[in-house]
Amino acid sequence: MFKIVKREQFSPVTYLWKLEAPDIAKAAQPGHFVIIRHGDGGERVPLTIADFDRQAGTITLVIQAVGKTTTALMNLKEGEYLDDLAGPLGHARHFDKVKKVVCVGGGLGVAPTYPQLRQYKQNGAHTISIVGFRSKDLMFWIDRFKAESDELIIATDDGSFGVKGLVTGPLQEVLDKNPDVDEVLAIGPAIMMKACVAVTKPRNVKTIVSLNPVMVDGTGMCGGCRVTVGGKMAFACVDGPEFDGLQVDFDELLARAKRFDSFERESMRRLREQHECHLPK
Amino acid sequence: MEAAPKPKKTIKTIAKTKTAMPEQDPAARARNWSEVTLGYSEEQAVGEAARCIQCKKPGCIAGCPVAINIPGFIKAVEDRDFRKAYDVLAADNVLPAICGRVCPQETQCEAVCIVGNKLEPVGIGRIERFVGDMALKNGWSLATSVKPNGHKAAMIGSGPASITCAVDLARAGVDVTIYEALHTAGGVLKYGIPEFRLPKKLIDRELEALKGLGVKVVTNAIIGRLFTIPQLMQEMGYESAFIGVGAGFPNLMGIPGEGFNGIFSANEYLTRVNLMRAYQHPHSDTPTGMGKKVAVIGAGNTAMDACRVSIRMGAEEVYCVYRRTKKESPARAEEVHHAEEEGVKFNWLTAPVRILGDERGWVKAMECIRMELGEPDASGRARPVPVKGSEFLFEVDTIVYAIGTSANPILAQTTPGLRLNKRGYIDVSPDTQMTSIPGVFAGGDIVTGGATVILAMGAGRKAARAMLQYMGLEVTAEPAQQAKS
Repeated sequence: MFKIVKREQFSPVTYLWKLEAPDIAKAAQPGHFVIIRHGDGGERVPLTIADFDRQAGTITLVIQAVGKTTTALMNLKEGEYLDDLAGPLGHARHFDKVKKVVCVGGGLGVAPTYPQLRQYKQNGAHTISIVGFRSKDLMFWIDRFKAESDELIIATDDGSFGVKGLVTGPLQEVLDKNPDVDEVLAIGPAIMMKACVAVTKPRNVKTIVSLNPVMVDGTGMCGGCRVTVGGKMAFACVDGPEFDGLQVDFDELLARAKRFDSFERESMRRLREQHECHLPK
Repeated sequence: MEAAPKPKKTIKTIAKTKTAMPEQDPAARARNWSEVTLGYSEEQAVGEAARCIQCKKPGCIAGCPVAINIPGFIKAVEDRDFRKAYDVLAADNVLPAICGRVCPQETQCEAVCIVGNKLEPVGIGRIERFVGDMALKNGWSLATSVKPNGHKAAMIGSGPASITCAVDLARAGVDVTIYEALHTAGGVLKYGIPEFRLPKKLIDRELEALKGLGVKVVTNAIIGRLFTIPQLMQEMGYESAFIGVGAGFPNLMGIPGEGFNGIFSANEYLTRVNLMRAYQHPHSDTPTGMGKKVAVIGAGNTAMDACRVSIRMGAEEVYCVYRRTKKESPARAEEVHHAEEEGVKFNWLTAPVRILGDERGWVKAMECIRMELGEPDASGRARPVPVKGSEFLFEVDTIVYAIGTSANPILAQTTPGLRLNKRGYIDVSPDTQMTSIPGVFAGGDIVTGGATVILAMGAGRKAARAMLQYMGLEVTAEPAQQAKS
């Protein structure tokens, strides 16, 4: 049982949990993920760690209500307990010495980008951050990004804040202006990471992506998270979750992401029927 | 006054065949998740026990990897002293209800049963199951008065190897903590073996016995990530540790098309169904994502489980595809027989060479090739050789790979100095199960590669003895006969 010591609602569908998990906080590094599970018959959901505080013994997760589980978990209140939390999982990020880096975070991916950005900054890199949201009311952690970024660009799909459009526009401009960028980190929806790689690949800029495919155990047992990288099959849970973006087969990744779509839609429909009035439309 | 001695039993006076095991009708059970075999009644168990002739030099004990006093517990069943039967059995095997169901007795105890030389061997496994179930029904437990001795040991993984090791150590007074990566304990018993072969409630109840001995179980603890082995040994005060994590890293074939949707490792498929209870979806959250026409590649026990799960999940057609013949298939004969009865179709001498998908990325067919058997290979089995030009298309929408597992890399990557063998499994001393790291022992599938529950238990038992010695504790209760490994 893991206590939710702090809970924030970022938007109608996005929320933050700070969970009491001293052992995980102690072992966590940027790049790691956890698996959460709750309730009888609950599914196992992988989430990238958005932050950790070793002193306080907490880890932070930012969660978007996209499926049945993440929607139902919005009902857990501060002070209540999550049944299962396993981690840290995956390889911790290995930071090469870099002088100039671009950190691209999209939507929910903004959260796990943050501890990496902070680490780059601590390592002495010049940090340029590009964060993208669908609209202004979904934005979060802008202050945190400001504090760790030498330059910060905010993009919204609908233009309600900052640059109008996707993160790839600003990424292109930043790379044009800064030919000395050593590497790009991109974390967000698979389609966004694919689009970022489409920008960086022709320029041959090292690009790190963090993949979050469907997985069951998260420890290498099921192989459901397999992804083709550089022509070889890898397991995101034990070989990743971070990979050389220029080598990832994104088309396969996007197709595999649809494996359970029909079931998820059905589960959501049932959840809405059960709790008609409590859930966001 | 002494009772008159019973007439001496001989091979000539006992029933010639095993008492049949009551089973659910194949047509009915193919549509439910209840146990296939129903277990002996008291009369059936006593009747079968009466077939044991109580050999002076029994073969069965040495045939058992944990050296159960088989004639001893069977005698007690024959005498209708079931509590005594349980005590004799539980002295060597803490999971009798589980082992009575999933042990391959036909290649172990029953294979060397003296009665079996002339007639059908004694149904040892069936009697064991009867006693195990009796104990669960009556709440008999292992609890003995354990005197704590201040020593601490950690088990990594909570499958059969670790459980056995934990019990033996706890009985000697060691403070034992089991670390399990998943959200529930039991390892392969929970995620691998389906409900209709091994009901999950039964596992939990048999595991309850551990708590009675003071064994602690910590779930959601991935050793190598949450704590490393050096941390356990140096910072957390464990004097010794046992690695029993199984070999749960699924093998694929490496043929083109394995990224298409609808292709599962048996681990993923069975974990979704057994551990995550996909058979109750949408009441449970996890679906299988399977289709209607399923091909299971491989013919071991895991493959049979995957086939029989598919039938129950409502697949219209289920095929077992194997590159050799029925004779070479590694599954227990009983499992193949049950699968056949339930409507699984077998494609022997067939191997996939490539998988074809549709434009949306879902499997639509396998290209297969026919095989013929050639000279024996390193395993002693006839080597399958492709028949040139025999390729054909096999239309399926779901493929399950049940072609074995490899060692999970997490512990090896995070434990400096842990020596592996050429196949990637952990190297241990054959006498003690100790790894290249002093105080760290290992056993079960992570040492041998995929094997059976009872072999893992045998390794856990052997390691426990060596761990007690390593911690400077006296090893009492020398097993009557050491099992051959």
